[in-house]
Amino acid sequence: MALLLDIVSWITLMIGSFFCITAGVGLLRMPDVYTRAHAGGMIDSMGAGMIFFGLLLQAPDYLIAIKLVFTFFFLLVTSLASIHALAQTVNVAGVNPKLANIVNRLEKNRQKESPPSN
Amino acid sequence: MINMVLLMLLLASVYAIIRLDRLLTAVLLTSLFSVLVASIFMVLDAVDVAFTEAAVGAGVSTIFFLAALAIVGRQCKPTPRRKIIAPLIVVSATGCVLLYASLDMPRFGEPLAPVHQHVAPRYLNDSAAEVGPPNIVTSVLASYRGYDTFGEVGVVFTAFIGVLMLLGAGTRRTSIEPPTPTGAPKESMRKKVVLKEVADLVIAPVLIFALYVQWHGDFGPGGGFQAGVIFASGIFLYALIYGIEPAQRLLPPRRLAYFPAIGLLLYAAVGIISMLRGGNFLNYSVLVNDPLHGQHYGILAIELGVGITVAAVMINIFFSFSERSL
Amino acid sequence: MFTALFNYWVVIVLMMAGLYIVMASGHLVKKIIGLNIFQTSVFILFISMGKVAGGTAPILKDGISVFSNPLPHVLILTAIVVGVATTALGLAIAVRIYEEYGTVEEDDIAEMDNHDQDLDIAEYQRIESGK
Repeated sequence: MALLLDIVSWITLMIGSFFCITAGVGLLRMPDVYTRAHAGGMIDSMGAGMIFFGLLLQAPDYLIAIKLVFTFFFLLVTSLASIHALAQTVNVAGVNPKLANIVNRLEKNRQKESPPSN
Repeated sequence: MINMVLLMLLLASVYAIIRLDRLLTAVLLTSLFSVLVASIFMVLDAVDVAFTEAAVGAGVSTIFFLAALAIVGRQCKPTPRRKIIAPLIVVSATGCVLLYASLDMPRFGEPLAPVHQHVAPRYLNDSAAEVGPPNIVTSVLASYRGYDTFGEVGVVFTAFIGVLMLLGAGTRRTSIEPPTPTGAPKESMRKKVVLKEVADLVIAPVLIFALYVQWHGDFGPGGGFQAGVIFASGIFLYALIYGIEPAQRLLPPRRLAYFPAIGLLLYAAVGIISMLRGGNFLNYSVLVNDPLHGQHYGILAIELGVGITVAAVMINIFFSFSERSL
Repeated sequence: MFTALFNYWVVIVLMMAGLYIVMASGHLVKKIIGLNIFQTSVFILFISMGKVAGGTAPILKDGISVFSNPLPHVLILTAIVVGVATTALGLAIAVRIYEEYGTVEEDDIAEMDNHDQDLDIAEYQRIESGK
């Protein structure tokens, strides 16, 4: 039983770490603020979640387990809210997503290539 | 190993801070720097210190820096090349001397280092019988080195008086609307639905957690300093989301300005009472008949004094800054 | 050797980085950031010295006999809170300077001071020659 718990918690910890590293790569490589915010949100939703679950399986008593759950809850709520605030502020300040620009340009190009036939 | 990785991250963030001319980013990096330092303290077994650094460095001091930047502007001039050379020479020379001196330092983690030989064994072995609390840091802070802590609270109080004299107590009436982030129409931040909901969810637990840290400091990491800062950061959150005016209605700055003095006087009063009961200044053993109970009451009372002073000082300084940036 | 002194070396580099910012940067707020980094490096130095190999946090519990040294923890714990109070004082002075001068760049402030002094001297000389 203890061995099983250990194995499961190791697997979840590894998956959590993988998501955290993915998020880090995303923060560095993504083109604009919005996609980066998405990558940052990944850390909390998947990475931290998995890591907390793995730690929860290792918790020696209920008090520590409850503390872990509380920590995870506040981490989830506050950092997702801060990412929301960041993206909102950037949006209001008038920064367009790069992807939107690309889509606009593609549409303009298409219109140029095929003039309305009438 | 973790320690080394964290220290390397620390060096990277400091390099970035040196290179940056955009101060807003530099300040946010300083916040990151503080979180890293707190993690290092955690790895090095200093749980109380890690706690304090996380609350102070990443929370309160970042808020103060941001408040100051809102007034003085976010951009600093890049350092001209001619001004780089002299500091570089001085810094490298000093650094080399210090590196040479570091070779004589006791090795990291060495149990026989001089620092572990002097008073530390007494604290570790006898504090349970002499003072009581399981958390040795609390018993050293509040009882063995009570004079030190009294002085430190005095310094915090003095710094508060200085800020008060420079900026005013946050009582200036202004009719100007609170500022919105640059380029943002006022409408957007006025709504702030998500932020308000989350703040409602978080503020009350933060304040309760501050009280828990205050009273649980004897048994686990915590105490008046941390509790004061955490309480203040809960109030900051309220003020940042709902505006300064409601926060000032909640805690009128003019009345709040008395509280740092009240906390400090409470601390001193414990000392005076122990003197009146025939002991030395801040010797809690004489407070009641049983010395251990006396120590416990004394520590609770002075931690409360510390908590009141620190919380009131932080909130008041925040009000002083924020009304200037309006 | 490397692992045994690595903490102290990082502390020295951080300390010198803080000192460099204080000396090289002309912006008062950036100088305060530099002071903060310097201060933090001292904190890390103290806590590193307090660590005992194999020890745990200094909270008494049954079955644990090796603790790290609590004394540096106490000193640094209070120093951090005092540090933020003094930082706030420094920032308050910077804010007041900004309100008086309209800038917190060291060079600009010195130039304005010198300009004022030049005006004073010119005024004095005018009065002297008029006598």
